[in-house]
Amino acid sequence: MYHKEKSIPIKSSASALYNNLSVLRIAPRCLTYFTVVHANVVNMVSASWDGLNYSHRQLQSKEGNVATSSSLIMQAAWCVLPSRDLLVLTSQKGIQMYESDGSIMVYWHALDTPETPTAKAVFAQGISAVREKHICVGVSSGSVLVFDVPSKGSNITLSEVLEEHKEAITDMASECSGSLECIADLVSADDSGLLCVWKSGEDFQLLNKIPGFDTSCSSVKLWKGTVIAGYGTGQIRLYEAVTGILHAEVNAHARWIYSLDIAPFTGLIEHMYNECVTDTQICGAKFCDGDGYAFAVTGYDLSEIIRYTQA
Amino acid sequence: MSQRTLPLLIINLGGEMIYILDQRLRAQDENDDKTQRVMNDIVGTMFNKAFLEELLRPQDLYSHRALRTVLTRIAHASIMRLNLASMDKLYDLMTMAFKYQIVLCPRPEDLLLITFNHTDTIKELVKDNPSLVNQINEAQRQLIEVYTPLSDGEFQLIRHTLLVLFQDMQIRVSIFLKENIQNPNGHFVLQTSGPVPHGFEVPGLIRWFNAKGREVRRTRFPSGGSYTSAVRQASFDLSGDRVTLLGTNMYSTPSPEDMDPPTTSTRKPKQADTTPNPLATEELNLLAKLMGGMEVQKLLNVEAGFRVNLLAFDQEEEEEEGIVISEGTGHQSSRVINLKVTQDQLASTELARIAGEFDEEGSQTEGPGNKGDDLLAMMDEL
Repeated sequence: MYHKEKSIPIKSSASALYNNLSVLRIAPRCLTYFTVVHANVVNMVSASWDGLNYSHRQLQSKEGNVATSSSLIMQAAWCVLPSRDLLVLTSQKGIQMYESDGSIMVYWHALDTPETPTAKAVFAQGISAVREKHICVGVSSGSVLVFDVPSKGSNITLSEVLEEHKEAITDMASECSGSLECIADLVSADDSGLLCVWKSGEDFQLLNKIPGFDTSCSSVKLWKGTVIAGYGTGQIRLYEAVTGILHAEVNAHARWIYSLDIAPFTGLIEHMYNECVTDTQICGAKFCDGDGYAFAVTGYDLSEIIRYTQA
Repeated sequence: MSQRTLPLLIINLGGEMIYILDQRLRAQDENDDKTQRVMNDIVGTMFNKAFLEELLRPQDLYSHRALRTVLTRIAHASIMRLNLASMDKLYDLMTMAFKYQIVLCPRPEDLLLITFNHTDTIKELVKDNPSLVNQINEAQRQLIEVYTPLSDGEFQLIRHTLLVLFQDMQIRVSIFLKENIQNPNGHFVLQTSGPVPHGFEVPGLIRWFNAKGREVRRTRFPSGGSYTSAVRQASFDLSGDRVTLLGTNMYSTPSPEDMDPPTTSTRKPKQADTTPNPLATEELNLLAKLMGGMEVQKLLNVEAGFRVNLLAFDQEEEEEEGIVISEGTGHQSSRVINLKVTQDQLASTELARIAGEFDEEGSQTEGPGNKGDDLLAMMDEL
């Protein structure tokens, strides 16, 4: 039911990182933006919907003072808030926020890095916009940083640090169905497979902790109060966020899951389609629209974004 | 990213280097004693206690340049010398072999099993030398201590760190192409069949549960591959069944062309491989260009000299010195160029002295330097 479309070239190949593809749909301009991380560079490409025009931009991870090649980027993702869209980059040195087209950096937060290297790596990973005015970013220590984002300008502030996880945060997701009835606003996942469910507000409130089963949870989504989580063992589990009840378990893959995505307007939890991208280790997968009409994937060492659309 | 990547990198790359050098020296019918000496010297340097301690210190990865320098020093700890072009070729082969292992590694913790496959095989190569075997065992104990407590997420970070280092390296290696491990575009072949890794379930099943945790429904779906149930658990001990073949010596399995035992007298040229190998010829042409007018001399009188022909993996070899052209086969003719590797008496004495000092008291220089500087300084000992 899906067939492969023309791929979108990117300036450099995708690195092997979790959730290494972010998509932003700009309906008024009939454009879709994609970002793919390559080492210390973020490849941005905007593609017109007719597939005829591509325009590229690359963002180098600039850390306050000096651009060093030892600062690798872990993730790049768009955060869509009611008033503005921001592009957030997380790296070994800290967190950067840009205007959505990558033109201007509006905020920079440095992580505490020790003087001499310790055995535990330091980096930020896991990015999500939450409700009206928050952007949450995870850290390798397990902390979740909550940033307050005004409707315009660069007066972004760190308002809270949530300390529930003990292992490195891998991914975070906010409720994507658009429903205002759901109590849970955010889910965070870590390397031990632990899932924390939060309610946003002036102070974030922990609603539930769903334990892992001895494997990392690398990718997570929250839809209509259901957590959908992809694990290192190739399984996907669906939990009711607030109660932690396991609804379903899918033996989905024979290898570690790198990325999962949900098309928020469909709500299907049935297997529809599978496809094998020959000789490619997939590291990013995203629907390009809310209906799930098209999706895109990236692969390690691949300098293109592969797209599929429904027949 | 991960600060614990370097030991795995050096041991695995060093392991591949040892496999290649061992195969080449034996294939060229070198005196067993000499080959063993070279192997012992290299292994002794690589598993030196102080060297390993330096590697195990939490630190960023080295650049390719620094890495190459360290590995060249290890190779030159023996009386064997490689010229620049040979070292280039060797480095390409080593890195692509290890990249293959990292890419294909089914679970991130299998990286440790791959490392143990290397140490197991190296132990076998030097088994007649108890002190070296002890050194390797000691190194393995340290690896077990540092790495077995790590979670799969931490191993995956190590793996990702390595994959950044090897990103975009698409050197086509003749032996990989021949074995259908690598595609002509340089990408590795990823199988979608076979047993799933230990701890995984065969894909293709969805199970639904009720609020009490009881399964109420199950459906199957096509997984897109043909997988079978999981392999057995591997051993992370000092010795044991590693289960995976990644990291074992792929050069030790004789290919059909090598089956003939080498004879000491000159032998007739073997029938050239019927399938033309354009890539191998290309590699040879490039190397010839790099070496320019370098003459290949007769090595009859060099007692301890080693010819290390790193291009002959899929070329027919001759027992004669000099450039050989296989003619009259009607197929793409290929030249076998033997790279001259001589024993430089002075240099080997110097190296031997340094290696000797290094063995006794390899000390660490203090203060942070550039990545790899500490290590290199230590190897120089001065």
